[in-house]
Amino acid sequence: MVKYALQRTFYMIIVFLIITLMCFVLIRMLPQPILPPEDPHTKVIELRREALGYNEPYLVQFALFVKNVVTKFDWGLSEKLYFGQDVWSIFIQKLPASMIINLYSIILSIPIGIAFGIFAALKKNTWVDYTISTLTMVVISVPSFVYAFLIQYIFCYKLGWFPFLMKSGTDWFSWPMFVSMIPAVMSLSFGVIAGFTRTTRAELTEVLTSEFMLLARTKGLTKTQATVRHALRNCFVVIVPGIFGEFIGILGGSLIIERIFSVPGVGGLTLNAINGLDYNIFILSTCFYTAIGLAASIVVDISYGFIDPRIRMGSKK
Amino acid sequence: MSMTNQNYEHIPAEKFAFVQDDQYLHDTELKTKARGFFADALLRFSKNKSSVIAAWILLFLVLYAIFVPVFSQYSVNDKDKLYINYPAFNEKIADLHIGILDGAKTYDSQNDTAMNYWRGIAEETGKNPVIRTVRSHETEVKQRGKMVTRYTYDLEINAYYALGMITRVLSYSEFDKLQEWQNETGIQVIYPYVEPADISGITDNANIWYKCDSKGAAILDDDGNFIPAYSTDPARAGHPYNSIRIPGDDGSYVYSSAKSGAVSVRLNYYNYYIYINGHAPSYLMGTNLMGMDLMCAIGVGARFSIIFAIIVSAINLTIGAVYGAIQGYYGGFIDMALDRISDILSGVPFIVVTTLFQLHLAQKVGVVPSFLFAFVLTGWIGMSALTRKQFYRFKGQEFVMAARTLGASDRRLMFKHIFPNAIGTIITSCALIIPGVISSETSMTYLGIVDLSSFAGTTIGTLLSQGNSSATTAPHAMLWPSLFLGLLMIAFNLFGNGLRDAFNPSTRGVDD
Repeated sequence: MVKYALQRTFYMIIVFLIITLMCFVLIRMLPQPILPPEDPHTKVIELRREALGYNEPYLVQFALFVKNVVTKFDWGLSEKLYFGQDVWSIFIQKLPASMIINLYSIILSIPIGIAFGIFAALKKNTWVDYTISTLTMVVISVPSFVYAFLIQYIFCYKLGWFPFLMKSGTDWFSWPMFVSMIPAVMSLSFGVIAGFTRTTRAELTEVLTSEFMLLARTKGLTKTQATVRHALRNCFVVIVPGIFGEFIGILGGSLIIERIFSVPGVGGLTLNAINGLDYNIFILSTCFYTAIGLAASIVVDISYGFIDPRIRMGSKK
Repeated sequence: MSMTNQNYEHIPAEKFAFVQDDQYLHDTELKTKARGFFADALLRFSKNKSSVIAAWILLFLVLYAIFVPVFSQYSVNDKDKLYINYPAFNEKIADLHIGILDGAKTYDSQNDTAMNYWRGIAEETGKNPVIRTVRSHETEVKQRGKMVTRYTYDLEINAYYALGMITRVLSYSEFDKLQEWQNETGIQVIYPYVEPADISGITDNANIWYKCDSKGAAILDDDGNFIPAYSTDPARAGHPYNSIRIPGDDGSYVYSSAKSGAVSVRLNYYNYYIYINGHAPSYLMGTNLMGMDLMCAIGVGARFSIIFAIIVSAINLTIGAVYGAIQGYYGGFIDMALDRISDILSGVPFIVVTTLFQLHLAQKVGVVPSFLFAFVLTGWIGMSALTRKQFYRFKGQEFVMAARTLGASDRRLMFKHIFPNAIGTIITSCALIIPGVISSETSMTYLGIVDLSSFAGTTIGTLLSQGNSSATTAPHAMLWPSLFLGLLMIAFNLFGNGLRDAFNPSTRGVDD
């Protein structure tokens, strides 16, 4: 199992490097922004560009880039949006907002999603099941900005319960900040709840009809006992990796929700970098999102093995 | 007895009779028509009620996207500069006073000055902007030592009528043309010029035509009527006026004001709109931030989205099918090598792909092709995985072996023998890919990473992003595109699920 995990990680790093190389070269091929001649930072950035080999072949540039990142954790300076500032420190400032909002959303939505899923599966083919399944279907189909708008219009404008946009500042855990985060958290949660409801329901209905459930009932367990001890455990083999995947995903934030509620997070930073053509921030965001995506898939795969011994045995072949 | 009939060899045909002629035959060929694979799937599909409803909704939305922009009076290029974010309105339906399509906006706490302002517009244009009084408030205010009761009202105002008059500078020829049109149609567009001195110099609001104080509060005569402040100074007139005059004009009112080679005139915008466009404003879903007719704009945007999604799906389907076929058929090293390539491509975040393609290619090949490339670059991976799986399933089966024994080439085996077996699964998943493409396309245009408005006129994503910036003042501009997109997504997904269930009955209910 450990060998498998290491193998996967090693493989992931290689894939990550290849993707980064591709994006890096494509970004460096673009014309570089013209620096304001008067600014004191311009001299510094020009010297840095010289040192980073902007006139060298792309592979050399990439090697220097990787060397700087690995040895000094230096991702370069912002050349447009935050002129002359260190990209990594800007990025770190933006991370907490995204993370906290996603964290709240996951804490809220995973239990609700699983509960709905269990409920629907137990009441299969009744109106309860149909209602939950239809709602799940609707929520999964509709893009998130549609219900972000509904939440913003109903709760923030008509009822006036929450502020329109997220409060600025860095007091992440104060009460006003929490209240101002609620609309964004709600908008994020709908999709997650629907996703978990769907998975749980699908898994649980399948498990409930399997033969060991019949055996469990035959040997005298009550329905509750059989469901909690046998059915749920089995369906968690699929759900728990999903939860791990979500937790990795919290770093990423959501571009759309962050924009609607003006959350000062990494999603907004990425969008600004794209619109403002700030390449160094864009490279960092690219690496970040790629890494998150790859890490989530790897964590999901490995966690299957840790949770279910049968899968672990299978990988030993 | 033995002599009666010995000639067994030449029995005439008419002597024969069916033994079971009047009985039911149980071993005949089935008389029912053979039902093919697709007919069978269609039958299963039509039993799934929600999918059938979804299919009808989908059909409606697609027809909407095709026909509404064609038959609409408006096009996406008709951008009214003043009717911006205005609610839904149609004059004929508004006249019925049934509370819909009346261009209603709510105005809170309107005091006397404001009430007179609305009355002024109603009296001058003949179209009353006040639809109804929602609520009236009574407040006691102390004024010069006495308690005075003040009334304020919450009103529903017809935004189109409330716009009232505007001031425009017209050239002489435009002015003459407008007068001619007035004479032909009898619709009054040009209204008399108002003497600025009589309205306390309030020249930035063309709706004040009566004597008022510096705050715009009307000064009424003893009967409570407005005192007109129309100019009667012939020296003001910039250009002769020989057209219809407003009621109450004894021929002395001046209809224009000289402005260095041109005239400044007060125009009734509602009627001016009819002059410009040839018809009264009729926005069944209201207008958006750009002054476009939302109904038409949604149709145009959706048309683009649907066509784009179908093209993307078709390309991805082709690439994915060929790629997956090669992977699945050959297996082994080729499978592994190709799998690594798709692994790498699928790791690149979509937003990064889109951005890079836009930055590199948009100048050279255009925005839409580069957007298309971004979708194609990673979009086929899911399809290839699906095809690969199907090929692994079928390639060891007897009919493939039989075909191979007969000498069929690899390509023939792949595309004539195995692929047709997998086609049901592949086609149905295409129905589920289309909404995914629409959703990503909408997100990208919503976020402004891709700007398609010069090519497609507008897109649903652009409309949503424009609507979002005024979501509180004009929620309809966000509501209609959202509703359309939401319905489209739900209908497509339900339809796709129904199709999948119909083609592969074994997977029914796995994930819905």
